[in-house]
Amino acid sequence: MKPSHTPDRVLFGDNQFFGVNHMSEEKARAQQMRFQDLQAILDVLDAAYQEGIRTFMCTTHDRVSEICEHFRNNTAKYPDYQFYPCMPYAHKYANAVTEHGMIDALRLFLPEGGLLSGALKSGLALAQKDVDAILRQLIDAEMKMFHGLNTPVIFIQNVITDLLLGLGFHGLFRTFHDHVREAYGAEAGFITMNTPRLLDVLEAQGIANPIICSNINKIGFRMCGGVAAYEKVLAERPFRPIAMSVLASGAIGPREAIDYVCDLPQVQSIVFGASSRANIRQTKQLIDQAWAARTASEAVPAG
Amino acid sequence: MQSAQPKVRMAMVGLGKMGLSHLAIVRAHPQVELVAGCDASAYLTDVLEKHTGLKCYSDFDQMLATEALDALLIATPSKLHAGMVTQALSRGLHVFCEKPFVLDVADGERLVALAHEKQRVTQVGYHYRFVGTFQEAARIVKSGALGEIHHVRAEAYGPVVLRAKGGTWRSTQAEGGGALYDYACHAIDLVNFVVGKPDSVSGVVRHAVFSRDVEDEVYCSLHYRNGASGQLCVNWSDESLRKMSTKLSVWGTRGRLTADRQECQIYLREPHTATPELKTGWNVKYTTELTDEVWFYLRGEEYSAQIDYFVQSVLSGRTQGHSHFGSALDTDRVVAQILAGGSVATPTELMPKPRGFWSRLFG
Repeated sequence: MKPSHTPDRVLFGDNQFFGVNHMSEEKARAQQMRFQDLQAILDVLDAAYQEGIRTFMCTTHDRVSEICEHFRNNTAKYPDYQFYPCMPYAHKYANAVTEHGMIDALRLFLPEGGLLSGALKSGLALAQKDVDAILRQLIDAEMKMFHGLNTPVIFIQNVITDLLLGLGFHGLFRTFHDHVREAYGAEAGFITMNTPRLLDVLEAQGIANPIICSNINKIGFRMCGGVAAYEKVLAERPFRPIAMSVLASGAIGPREAIDYVCDLPQVQSIVFGASSRANIRQTKQLIDQAWAARTASEAVPAG
Repeated sequence: MQSAQPKVRMAMVGLGKMGLSHLAIVRAHPQVELVAGCDASAYLTDVLEKHTGLKCYSDFDQMLATEALDALLIATPSKLHAGMVTQALSRGLHVFCEKPFVLDVADGERLVALAHEKQRVTQVGYHYRFVGTFQEAARIVKSGALGEIHHVRAEAYGPVVLRAKGGTWRSTQAEGGGALYDYACHAIDLVNFVVGKPDSVSGVVRHAVFSRDVEDEVYCSLHYRNGASGQLCVNWSDESLRKMSTKLSVWGTRGRLTADRQECQIYLREPHTATPELKTGWNVKYTTELTDEVWFYLRGEEYSAQIDYFVQSVLSGRTQGHSHFGSALDTDRVVAQILAGGSVATPTELMPKPRGFWSRLFG
């Protein structure tokens, strides 16, 4: 498959469903209570779909498998629906490592009975330093819940991307990229908090025009290297950026925040999460308006 | 930070969960030359050497004897800290050590004296001191805006041990396992940082909920010489939370504040000249306005910020900065008081069992 997938302009994120809120723990808990009922999640996804948002960018949280089941059972209702899996749900692994130690935690997540599993149990795979094979099996384990669904882009979560980036495991980005293409016909995506640094590394790995999802907002919140460095790579380096945390967790007003991001070169997609139909509609409309204005200004010849 | 600036030649020992996170952060730091890593797990060091080019040792003594270093980062299980810190300081190295500092206060006193004698930079990994909201809490309390502080409550809850199993060093008290060393240390250090070190503790509760040999929850009262009081509430078997959640609340004669990782909420009875930006009533400051940018982000700005702080301390010779060994020893002293105040009990054995049909009928 050629790297030709163009992400939609507006993508729907899942933080609000799983107790992630970067501004308030109380709000996060309230959302967690509300969304422990699967139907409450599906209602919000339906509302987003009715507003024209057909891409759900979600972690591989255990509960996502229930959401996947619903979409598998209702393909007629959502004929063009697509998932962007973001793997792994890191806390699942972090907690297991704390409880079991690193190697036993790895054993827990690798499929039972596979060749590698047997080798790993006897300590062979790691002795052979076969981390590429382990990574491929971990991807397969995470992708099981999405079988039968349309997953044109598969992301590595920022905790893992940035860990590998800092450690220097740069070859694993290539492994990830190649495996999701070969096994799932999908494109690799990378979520990061360190876009300029990651771009250099991906380029060195021969990954051209990568899909990179990272915080892009007017105040530079969690944009390592700073706003100026991000604006420079957006202007100069070929990649397909997806902007997240556009509102900087609510620190910037919606219109100002969205206008800023929609004016940046190359940014084609924004991912956001919301819990109510009214918020989804408002944000979607603001993005559509900002993009329409940009398209109109680009259509006017410079003179 | 410019790459032309001098670099700190550093090595790391302990490449477990926290160690790998430190490794990623120090390797990304433009003013650190990470010379080598050391871990007892040969397969881990083999993988790192093969895939990342990091020079690795399995023998700590050999690494220290071989490499020319300025500083050492220690992220091994807690029981190994004292010996390794001694060796590093004796060789004249600056030392960053993961928390808790040491398991025996006598070791801590000896090491604080050694660091002073050698005039080395020391720091312990109490990363919450580098979270913007907790720094703001400390600033406001120290400004006097809350008046005389009369009560403080530190809470830390999260999902670490959720089943009656597990067999890492964290489940052994002698190795620095248990909720007291893992979670409560952070909460105690935050109390010390924001309000000051308590003089004594009482009413210690250390319960094993699921663990066999260590406590899963810790509660106690804190007492200050001036009559102020505090409470410590810690439970690492709380599945309702996604990850460790730490909260500090402070009550003073002029107001109160509550800080967690996301926000700092302040209530003032009346304005104070030391904090002109705060109005009467509720004020809320969010992490977005309180957090400084870091050069590399992994899991939270505070992890990178504390490493950068250590590096800048080494480069500038700052020996008494945040979380130096002396301040970490203050936390160890409170831990020792808690350990002296009560042993681990299993509440399920204390609680009445559900009564069966016959005992209900005839009991």
